[in-house]
Amino acid sequence: MKLDSKIPDGHISEKWTNHKNNLKLVAPNNRPKIDIIIVGTGLAGASAAASFAEMGYNVKAFCYQDSPRRAHSIAAQGGINAAKNYQNDGDSIYRLFYDTIKGGDYRAREANVHRLAEVSGNIIDQCVAQGVPFAREYGGMLDNRSFGGTQVQRTFYAAGQTGQQLLLGAYSALNRQIGLGRIEMYNRHEMLELVKVDGKARGIIARNLITGEIERHSAHAVIVATGGYGNVYFLSTNAMGSNVTAAWKIHRQGALFANPAYVQIHPTCIPVHGTNQSKLTLMSESLRNSGRIWVPKKKEDAEAIREGRLKPVQIAEGDRDYFLERRYPAFGNLVPRDVASRAAKERCDAGFGIEANDTNEGVYLDFSTEIQNKGKQAAYAKGNHNPSADEITTLGKKWLEEKYGNLFTMYQKITDENPYETPMKIYPAVHYTMGGVWVDYNLQSTIPGCFVAGEANFSDHGANRLGASALMQGLADGYFVLPYTVSNYLADDIRTGKISTDLPEFVEAENRVKDQINSFINNKGTKSVDHFHKRLGNIMWNKVGMGRNENGLTEAISEIAALKEEFYKNVYVPGSNDELNPELEKALRVADFIELGQLMAMDALQRKESCGGHFREEYQDSEGETLRDDVNFSFVGAWEYQGSDINKEVLHKEDLKYDFIKIAARNYK
Amino acid sequence: MASKKNININLKIWRQKNAKAKGSMETYKLDNVSTDSSFLEMLDQLNEELINKQIEPVAFDHDCREGICGMCSLYINGRAHGPDTGITTCQLHMRMFNDGDTIFVEPWRSKAFPVIKDLVVDRTSFERIQQAGGFVSVNTSGNTIDANATPVPKHDADKAFEAAACIGCGACVATCKNGSAMLFVGAKVSQYALLPQGKVEATQRVLNMVRQMDEEGFGNCTNTGACEIECPKGISLENIARMNREFLKASLK
Amino acid sequence: MAKSALLKSSIAKKYWMALTGLFLCLFLAGHLAGNLQLIFGTASQFNQYALFMTSNPAVKLLSYLTYFSILFHAIDGIMLTVQNKKARPVAYAMNNPSNNSTLASRNMAVLGTLILVFIVTHMVNFWAVMHFDKNMPLVSREVSEMGMSQKVAVGVLGSQAPYFPLDAKGKLNAEVIRRNELTQKTVTTVVDKDGYVVFEGQKDLHKITFDFFQDPKTGLIATILYVLAMAVLAFHLLHGFQSAFQSLGVNNKFTPAIKSFGTLFAIIVPLLFAIIPVYIHFVK
Repeated sequence: MKLDSKIPDGHISEKWTNHKNNLKLVAPNNRPKIDIIIVGTGLAGASAAASFAEMGYNVKAFCYQDSPRRAHSIAAQGGINAAKNYQNDGDSIYRLFYDTIKGGDYRAREANVHRLAEVSGNIIDQCVAQGVPFAREYGGMLDNRSFGGTQVQRTFYAAGQTGQQLLLGAYSALNRQIGLGRIEMYNRHEMLELVKVDGKARGIIARNLITGEIERHSAHAVIVATGGYGNVYFLSTNAMGSNVTAAWKIHRQGALFANPAYVQIHPTCIPVHGTNQSKLTLMSESLRNSGRIWVPKKKEDAEAIREGRLKPVQIAEGDRDYFLERRYPAFGNLVPRDVASRAAKERCDAGFGIEANDTNEGVYLDFSTEIQNKGKQAAYAKGNHNPSADEITTLGKKWLEEKYGNLFTMYQKITDENPYETPMKIYPAVHYTMGGVWVDYNLQSTIPGCFVAGEANFSDHGANRLGASALMQGLADGYFVLPYTVSNYLADDIRTGKISTDLPEFVEAENRVKDQINSFINNKGTKSVDHFHKRLGNIMWNKVGMGRNENGLTEAISEIAALKEEFYKNVYVPGSNDELNPELEKALRVADFIELGQLMAMDALQRKESCGGHFREEYQDSEGETLRDDVNFSFVGAWEYQGSDINKEVLHKEDLKYDFIKIAARNYK
Repeated sequence: MASKKNININLKIWRQKNAKAKGSMETYKLDNVSTDSSFLEMLDQLNEELINKQIEPVAFDHDCREGICGMCSLYINGRAHGPDTGITTCQLHMRMFNDGDTIFVEPWRSKAFPVIKDLVVDRTSFERIQQAGGFVSVNTSGNTIDANATPVPKHDADKAFEAAACIGCGACVATCKNGSAMLFVGAKVSQYALLPQGKVEATQRVLNMVRQMDEEGFGNCTNTGACEIECPKGISLENIARMNREFLKASLK
Repeated sequence: MAKSALLKSSIAKKYWMALTGLFLCLFLAGHLAGNLQLIFGTASQFNQYALFMTSNPAVKLLSYLTYFSILFHAIDGIMLTVQNKKARPVAYAMNNPSNNSTLASRNMAVLGTLILVFIVTHMVNFWAVMHFDKNMPLVSREVSEMGMSQKVAVGVLGSQAPYFPLDAKGKLNAEVIRRNELTQKTVTTVVDKDGYVVFEGQKDLHKITFDFFQDPKTGLIATILYVLAMAVLAFHLLHGFQSAFQSLGVNNKFTPAIKSFGTLFAIIVPLLFAIIPVYIHFVK
């Protein structure tokens, strides 16, 4: 299979404009004859659904949650980037484009990323027009802040709930169309199969999660916007229901899956507390602006802390190892996410971890220096030039509370520790997956008529995503890319007429789904789905996690294959298929995670270099930094399904060409 | 330092096979619950034990488990989202309970939130209210006016944001003795009423949303203020007052 | 849409509750001011006040508004309560509302019903007696005539005769006594056989009030019940006063002041009302 990315010719800044001008259109009178299915109602899915309905297409939207508003885009905290240059600090479309390519460690497509930067400004305009309450300055203008990996202030935000506000904006647009009868919304429905007719995506099989009914839905195009697959690790910052199933089903139907090994591990999450833990909680990256990350210099101190004999505040300043400041003096605690995460892992692996959990994995994020600095500033600002130590501490804590009060409260609720008094404990956790279904410039997968948007596709973030870029990509895909490119595809379908759900392809697809469900329900196993999911997560975290090597990956591949066999043999799914059955839902999802996990290990194994979130221990320099191999690995690795033996998947390579940006090594020292 | 310990608890949980079945409170004993666990992790633990005994696990709604998606619910020991304030059930931790405690776990109770199964309720009535008017009628376009073309006073933007922080969980309805949805609807009406972009359709919006709210069978607001206290996002009663004003204005037009 | 919304919608029902409730608060204040004359005024002042209240056309209008408000407030309240009960068909097995709301706010319907019962008995005890009791005592005084002291009813301003003799039991010593429906209701008119008005005497509300609370058998119970009723009223007002403003959409920088005033109002007004019978029973 030859991968055609369909990147238009011309100068990078004209590609999208020219391409749009040459795309085919569907006349307004023809649009009501055309059905579009959209799976997933996060930023990408909801914005696409609303846009298509506004244009006049018949839209059916699906989400597994009880409301489209629950999609996990809602949990994004920090912000959304846009090259508006409202702050007059020299920002431009080119700079946003450049920063994103560099942040992605030169493993993303130039043309896609430039388009993303081009439409970024429109996103903000659109959202404001919808009534999204972004933070504002006293003059009534929009406020911006800066984020990791950039030198400009281009991040728009709504306190620590930017994702929520943006999603509610898209959700309101979606609701308007549902209310007008232009979108049929299917809540609590899960897509379990793609239906292909004559090689084209023509519908889906979905399960009504309340009644268990298996439903056939036909359409002229299917858009999958179902988010990332971080839950393959069991523990991640994803929602409990986040899954790869829709993406994996289309992969099994012929869509290539690109760069599955690219996973972003976020450095500032609350460490694991015990074996019953279900989920990891992110503490905003913005905390690294004020906190200093450290572990004890002496192993015996770390041990004493773990055993509860010593408290962190008792460790003298000289006995603390501020390892990010030590290793990266230029960027200090503000190095990119992948770098910060690896450094924390390195210290914990060396035995300096401070958390008393099974793996001792945890480091301190300490605000005491900031309390002193800001407290002193605040005292001076009040005209008190000789403040006492107590006054400084009080004022400093007040400053912190104003800035991060919500986060500190959340931390205290979860851990029962007061971060004003004792340093926070943090550790990296799986957060975002850059890999996903391979799509061309039109966001179409290798299955005609099957488009993939948002985190579910692989397209824009290369090997590492910069903060505040995920929201940008989701909305760009849904509002400003898909409406053009999908219409172009549908222009050939105006004479097709309604697709019948009685076609044999629908029957076959439905039977595949029913067979799988019945096999789970009738399985005489003894172990819960979570049992297998946790074991999968364990293998993934230990061997396909932050640090990877050939041995571990090879082991992981065979261990996962064995786990898969055991899973099908020994999983127990209670209840029946004709009712709300969360265990059945989980079983169907974990089945796909297991296959994906194996592919991730294979992808990580073939990529004999370190780049972005993918760190191969064999490929690092003498100081432990990533070593990219641009000669041999400047490509997108896209895998083709070959049947249920994942080992047989075939790798296709799409070479990445950098015509407008000069490749360089990332250096944060 | 967090004190790690395990507690043994008794659970009284509402079990109901499906929407039509009659439900009842069932008692379960659960040992060795870590006080560091979240409430939902405790339920995971219970379900794991039930599954191992081949008993059907308890169905409950949950998703993000970080207090933002609004999917989790649960009326715990007589309070929406449990005994702590300013949090959702997924953020409630077992250290709020003591060894030997009996904990009541019930679904949201409201005519407009019928039980689907066990602790899972149907909140699509909220969806229909939003669909009736919870939006600004602006189509997708790369050519809306520049985001900074219309200044919004910071105070208004902040208030709109506070109203928009609603996660649509339904705790307000569950805790209100009248099963009223006024805080939910008031928050949405307020968000748009405070922003210039939302003012254009303000009249129709409030009339339509209130009409839909009434049709769904929610009760009436008697200003007890329980919703404000139990709201995990601290949505203020000011928003209900603002909706009352907006509705009056709209009705007199 | 807009018009019917002002009657049918849940929010509009609350406007009406608020408006009628606030009007009744005004009524309470007025009523209290009058009643306080039982302590601070003379009997004659009080009876003059009663006369004014029943004869002034503006006051009359207000009194109809009051009756309407009470009825509307009660009926609307009952309708709301029925709807509210329907909104939660299955009750919680365990409910702990004291953590999030006051007892008063959760029991407005119960408190309101009790107040309604009180209003009815109150009207029976005083208003009905005054309006319909033919044996209602009249304002009287002792006169000495030829060394004989005699109790006579005092005529109102413009009465044909300044006095009218009373018999030993203190009743009007007349052959024909007919209450004149056409004139003021606090006035008893004496008409002679030919239908001419010969005397107009004022009913002594002050006296029946005192008699009511000083009755050796029932006075104490009446006083206690009255005080209890005022306690119920206090709780109703404690939530109702500020709640009315919230229903009308007033929640702003003045709200703390409104709440404080509401609390004071809810405590002081019923307290003063309650002091009156206590004073009459125990002090006078």
